[in-house]
Amino acid sequence: MASDAPAMAVIHGRSPIFYRRFDRKDDDQHQTHYCPGCGHGIVTKLLAEAIDTLGIQDRTILVSPVGCSVFGYEYLDVGNIQVAHGRGPAVATAVKRSRPDSIVVSYQGDGDLAAIGTAEIVHAANRGEIVSVIFVNNAIYGMTGGQMAPTTLLREKTTTTPLGRDPAVHGYPLKVCELLATLDAPVFLERVALGSNKQIMATGRALRRALENQVHGLGFSLVEVLSPCPTIWGLDPAEAQTFVRETMTRTFPLGNFRDRSASAVPRRLAVTVPDLGELPRILGLGPASGADGASDTVVPASPVPTADHRIVVAGFGGQGVLLLGEFLAEAGLSAGYHVSWLPSYGPQMRSGTSNCHVRISAVPIDSPVVSRPNVLIALNEPSLRKFLLSMEPGGLVLYNADRVPVDCAGNDVRITPIASTAIADRLGSAKVGNMVMLGALLEATGMLPDGALDRALHRLVTQESWYELDRAALQAGRAAVHRMTAAPAEPSLARDPAMG
Amino acid sequence: MDVARDRGAVAIDRDECKGCGLCVEACPPRVLRLSAELNRYGYHPAEYLGSGCTACGICYYVCPEPGGITVLRRQVA
Ligand SMILES: Cc1ncc(C[n+]2csc(CCOP(=O)(O)OP(=O)(O)O)c2C)c(N)n1
Ligand code: SF4
Ligand code: SF4
Ligand code: SF4
Repeated sequence: MASDAPAMAVIHGRSPIFYRRFDRKDDDQHQTHYCPGCGHGIVTKLLAEAIDTLGIQDRTILVSPVGCSVFGYEYLDVGNIQVAHGRGPAVATAVKRSRPDSIVVSYQGDGDLAAIGTAEIVHAANRGEIVSVIFVNNAIYGMTGGQMAPTTLLREKTTTTPLGRDPAVHGYPLKVCELLATLDAPVFLERVALGSNKQIMATGRALRRALENQVHGLGFSLVEVLSPCPTIWGLDPAEAQTFVRETMTRTFPLGNFRDRSASAVPRRLAVTVPDLGELPRILGLGPASGADGASDTVVPASPVPTADHRIVVAGFGGQGVLLLGEFLAEAGLSAGYHVSWLPSYGPQMRSGTSNCHVRISAVPIDSPVVSRPNVLIALNEPSLRKFLLSMEPGGLVLYNADRVPVDCAGNDVRITPIASTAIADRLGSAKVGNMVMLGALLEATGMLPDGALDRALHRLVTQESWYELDRAALQAGRAAVHRMTAAPAEPSLARDPAMG
Repeated sequence: MDVARDRGAVAIDRDECKGCGLCVEACPPRVLRLSAELNRYGYHPAEYLGSGCTACGICYYVCPEPGGITVLRRQVA
């Protein structure tokens, strides 16, 4: 390019922070995907320059949003993550906390940051996360074709405000810098613009400051950039620049809203991510001494290679539905299987319905959701009716009653009534009805070795008094299965009222 | 016109340029214009008039493309 001018030296040219080629395009791989005159292109370039100037390319992790700037990772040769709409500040928090030496940049549009992601940005700012946020405000949803954003100017026409934004209906433009300036934690908040040469240079300085603050370990920094979107605004690039300068700035005054860079105390985050090997200890899963002092060394696993138990446990809140599932999963784990336990959270506390899905499998589990169970433990009738039809043919149902409702029998499943609540009542507490069922299930199927259940008991039962009762309940459940198989429809078992 | 005495010069990547015209508007000595020709994409790319560049760098900063414009400065001997 300068071959005819050997005495000339490049003073401004393509930043080395950009990838040499942008792979997402088939051709013109040095060109961005942005529309002509789009502010995102300018901000990305200024960001690249700031990263280069500060010498932080190898430490920078760019969190790209949903929106027109979604492809940030295609352009900047830094660490890259692209996140769900609006969640940038939350992900940036996680990245920064787990990698304190990284320089984390959350790049966001105004739909992303000021609409769907309002909670994330407010709380990240309020926690004073040591991250840098670049907030590109073009007062519109660009990527989706021009819907109103919370930042849309009053009277501005958008596809969703065809008559213009009316404050009585749509509220007022959301002023993010002013909003965040009410919080104590932020260190740096500045609104800049791309409306003129001078403004663009000031934007470059503000971006550098936001990154520099992070390099120094200072807290939360955000730069809001008023940015042209010529395409959606229906203006040519020069007109759009004028609109930023002359119109947008009237609603969004430029300036610094917080600058404590000089007084803020540098912080260095301690790595809060534990070593993986420490997790069992932290979670209390380390070797536990059981109530009878049994050793907890995991027995050599001998899982049945074809095992694929898909279990639904259902009942009402208070019946120990979730705990029963947890026991199963815990015992499965200790027997060497892959397990999952997926509780459903309903208003269980107030006797609502409650269920959980448990999988115990010889191979890694693809999904913890059990949509076609081969085992159902129904602790009440509504649960039986709710899940019966989803059962796999040939599956096993254990039903908490002394007999099966006539219209439920005859399906292609084995329904065994086990009056678990009644049995538990006789043992002294209806609360161990779940353990009665567990005993019955293990006896009826032999799906897990006894030792595995013992270890689960040691882990999950901490009070000795309960431990004894649980063992008794398990035993009673096992016995009940034999009574049932001996006399399937024995009416004499109906002595006890089925439900507690 | 003594080209050799100019402080600077610019090189424009014809095929990266999207013809937005921001550099043309921004250049203080107004030594840029949009070409009458089209690039392979179908935009009228910016072009340097060939002299008068002060190497101020403004066109580089207003250009949204990473390498649309390269600014060069004469080295003082
Ligand atoms: C969860 C979710 N909701 C909605 C969308 C659709 N969506 C994609 S981009 C966008 C708006 C982006 O606007 P903005 O953040 O202002 O960025 P711009 O495109 O203007 O740069 C929306 C609503 C989505 N992708 N994901
Ligand atoms: S629609 Fe607007 S924000 Fe999106 S790339 Fe085009 S000009 Fe930029
Ligand atoms: S460097 Fe300055 S003078 Fe030269 S073309 Fe660019 S804007 Fe014009
Ligand atoms: S600013 Fe860049 S993209 Fe726009 S016309 Fe000038 S060189 Fe082309």
